[in-house]
Amino acid sequence: MTDFLMPKLGADMTQGRLIEWFKKPGERIVRGEVIAVVETDKANVDVESWVAGTLQKILVAPGGDWLPVGTPLAVIEPEAGAAAEAPPSFAAPPVAAAPKPAPPVVTPAVPAGPGAPVPAPPIPEPVSAPVAPGERVPVSPIARKRAAALGLDAATIRGTGPGGRITLDDVERASRERPAPVAPAVAAPAADKRQRMRDAIAAAMARSKREIPHYYLGTTIDLSKALAWLAEANAKLPVAERLLAGVLLIKAAALALREVPELNGFWIDGRAQRSEAIHAGVAISLRGGGLVAPAIHGADKLALPELMQRVTDLVARARAGSLKSSEMTDPTITITSLGERGVEAVYGVIYPPQLALVGFGKVVERPWAVDGAVGVRPVVTATLSGDHRATDGHRGALYLDALDRLLQAPDKL
Amino acid sequence: MSKITYREAIRAAMREAMRADPRVFLMGEDVGRYGGAFAVSLGLLDEFGPERIRDTPLSESGFLGAGIGAALGGMRPIVEIMTVNFSLLALDQLVNHAATLRHMSGGQFSVPMVVRMASGGGRGMAAQHSHSFEGWYAHVPGIKVLTPATVADAKGLLLAALEEPDPVVVLEHATLYPVEGDDTPDAPMEIGLAAVRRPGARVSLVTYGGSLPKTLKAADELAKEGVDAEVVDLRTLRPLDMDTVVGSIAKTHRAVVVDEMWKTGSFAGEVMARIMELAFDELDAPVVRVCSREVPMPYAKHLEEAALPQVGQIVAAAKGLL
Repeated sequence: MTDFLMPKLGADMTQGRLIEWFKKPGERIVRGEVIAVVETDKANVDVESWVAGTLQKILVAPGGDWLPVGTPLAVIEPEAGAAAEAPPSFAAPPVAAAPKPAPPVVTPAVPAGPGAPVPAPPIPEPVSAPVAPGERVPVSPIARKRAAALGLDAATIRGTGPGGRITLDDVERASRERPAPVAPAVAAPAADKRQRMRDAIAAAMARSKREIPHYYLGTTIDLSKALAWLAEANAKLPVAERLLAGVLLIKAAALALREVPELNGFWIDGRAQRSEAIHAGVAISLRGGGLVAPAIHGADKLALPELMQRVTDLVARARAGSLKSSEMTDPTITITSLGERGVEAVYGVIYPPQLALVGFGKVVERPWAVDGAVGVRPVVTATLSGDHRATDGHRGALYLDALDRLLQAPDKL
Repeated sequence: MSKITYREAIRAAMREAMRADPRVFLMGEDVGRYGGAFAVSLGLLDEFGPERIRDTPLSESGFLGAGIGAALGGMRPIVEIMTVNFSLLALDQLVNHAATLRHMSGGQFSVPMVVRMASGGGRGMAAQHSHSFEGWYAHVPGIKVLTPATVADAKGLLLAALEEPDPVVVLEHATLYPVEGDDTPDAPMEIGLAAVRRPGARVSLVTYGGSLPKTLKAADELAKEGVDAEVVDLRTLRPLDMDTVVGSIAKTHRAVVVDEMWKTGSFAGEVMARIMELAFDELDAPVVRVCSREVPMPYAKHLEEAALPQVGQIVAAAKGLL
C-alpha cells in the first residue's frame, strides 16, 4: 500500500489544493499516468503517479482546502512486483542512495527521440520514503525537536540515518529545501492566487540570494549568421511551423551544456550533483504577473521543429495553468529570455537548487567590427549566472564561448 | 622536561606526599622489599624505611581494616591492593565500614584513606587478575572513585586523593603503568572533572582509564575516514562529571561509551542512562557502548583480545551511528 502524497512541484511550493481526480477507486493506474490535477501557487498541474497499481481510496475530495506538501491524498495498491518509485521531487532531489563519503553523481539518461513521449526521469531509490500516517516514524530526539521548532512535519522528511531514521541533518536539509515555513502558509489559505505566487517567488529568490554566491558573466554574440539561416529556413516552412529565434537560443544553450556539464544539475547536500540529462527550464512570464519555469526534457536532443512545438505547447499550457508535475520539478538549468520587449541584458537569479541560469536580452542591431570594418549586425547579450560554490568564472566563460560558437553554425543546431 | 612513566608518576605522588606529611604511609602485599607487584613502590622502602612502607600478610580484609583503623586514628594511609579482583576480599571493609563511618558517627569520624588497586585485562593474567569492577565501587556513596588514564592524572589525581577527608579508591589500569608522558603536575588536581582529550564534531566517544588509549586510536582511525570524533575522558567515576559529557553531546548529538567492564551492569550503562536523563533531546542516534565480552577473562592472548574492547569495535560502533 502506498500513499499518493501532495507533491512538491518546485523548490518554492509548500502547499497545494486538489482540483480534480481522473481516477475512481478500483481503477488501474499505469506508471507515469496523470491521475489528478493540483493547484499550486503558480499553476494547475497535472500530477502523474510513479506507482503502477490500483487506486484504493481517495482521501481528499476535489476543491477542498490548501494542504501542506506531503499530505496523503489517496491510497494506491501497487502492482505485484512493481517497485514503488519516488516521484521526482524537490523534497528529495535525485540523490543516489549510496551513503557518504563518495559524492553521488546522478546520471539519468533520457532517451527522448522526436515525437516520443518523454519518459519520467529515472530517480534512484531514495534511502527511505516518507512514511504513511499511523506508521511509526523513526526520528531522533533532536531531529524531532528541531522539526517542531521549524514547523516541519517529520512524516514528510526523508530519513537517511541508520535504518532510515530521520536525523538532524535530514531536518536541516528539509528546512533548507522548504524555505517558507508550513504554518504561515497553511494559516493563510484565503490569500489570493497572485499573492501566493508572489510569496512563492519571494521565498525561492530570497533563498537563492541567501544561499547561492552568484557570479555573473556576459558576452555579446553576433546573430547575423543565425538569423540569416533562420530566415532562409522559415521561407520554406508553412507559417504555422515557422521557427522563432528564441528556439535557436534555447537549443544552443542546451547544447553548450554538453561542453560544460558542470553548470547542469543541482546543489544538494553541500555539493554539486551534475545531471547527464539536460532539462531546460524555460522561464515563462504569466498574465497578471509572476512566472514559471517548466522543463523541456532533453532539450539538447530535440530537433528545432520539435523544440519549437514544445516551447509553444509549454507556453500555452503554462498560461492556461495545466503543466505536468514532472515538468515542474526537474529542470536542470533555467533559461530566461526577455524577448522583444525586453532590455539588452538580464542578470538572472538562480532557481535553487539549480547551478546556473542563462539569460538572453533582446536582439538589437549594433555597429559591429568584423575584419577591420564596421557594419551593422544583429547582436544579443548572453549572460550566465553561476553558483560559485559549484563552478568558477573560468568554466562559465567557457560556456558562453561555446554558446557563441554554436550560434555561428546554426545549420548544425 | 624528561619523560616519566605512569608508574613513576604514582611513585612521585606518594613520595611527595610522604615527604610533606609524616602521617602518610603505604602498606600492601609486596610493596616493600619487592617494590610492589607492578614496581610502583620500587625504592620507597630505602627512602622511608619499613615503618612507612609496610609489607602486609596476604589478607586484604585484614590490612584494609588496618588502614581504616589507622585513618580513624589520625594517619593518612595509602593501601595498595594488588588487583581489583583481590579487593573483593576486602569489600566488606570498604563498603560496610570505610564508606559508612562518617554517616554512622554523625560526622564525628572520617576515614581519610586512599586505596590504590590495579585493574583491567590485556596482560595475559587470566580470570582472577584481569577484571574491571570500577562500576561496583562507583555504585557506593561515601567513597570517591578515580580512574586516571594519563601520566599527569596518575600524579595529580593521587595527590588530590591524599587530601580528601573520606575514602578514595584509585583504579590504575595495569596496561597504563609503562606508558610515558611528561608535564606532570606539582599540585593536586580537582576531583570530579572530566576532560575532552580530543575535540570533534560528529560523535562523542566517552571513556575512562585503560580504554582511553584505544579510544584515542579509534578517533584517529575515524578521522582517516572523515569522521570527526570527540573523546571525553571521565577521569572520576564518583563524582561523575556529566556536564562535560552533556556538553560534548550537545555538540555532536551522538555518543559511544567505551569501558572494559562486562556489558551487563557496566559503568557504561550508567553513563548511558544519565545521557538519556540529561540529554535526550540532544540525541540524533541511540547511545551505544563497547564493553568486554561476558566471559571470565581468557588467558590465551588471542582469546583475551577477543574478549576486550578493541579499536575496530569502537570505530564500527561510531560509524553505525552516522
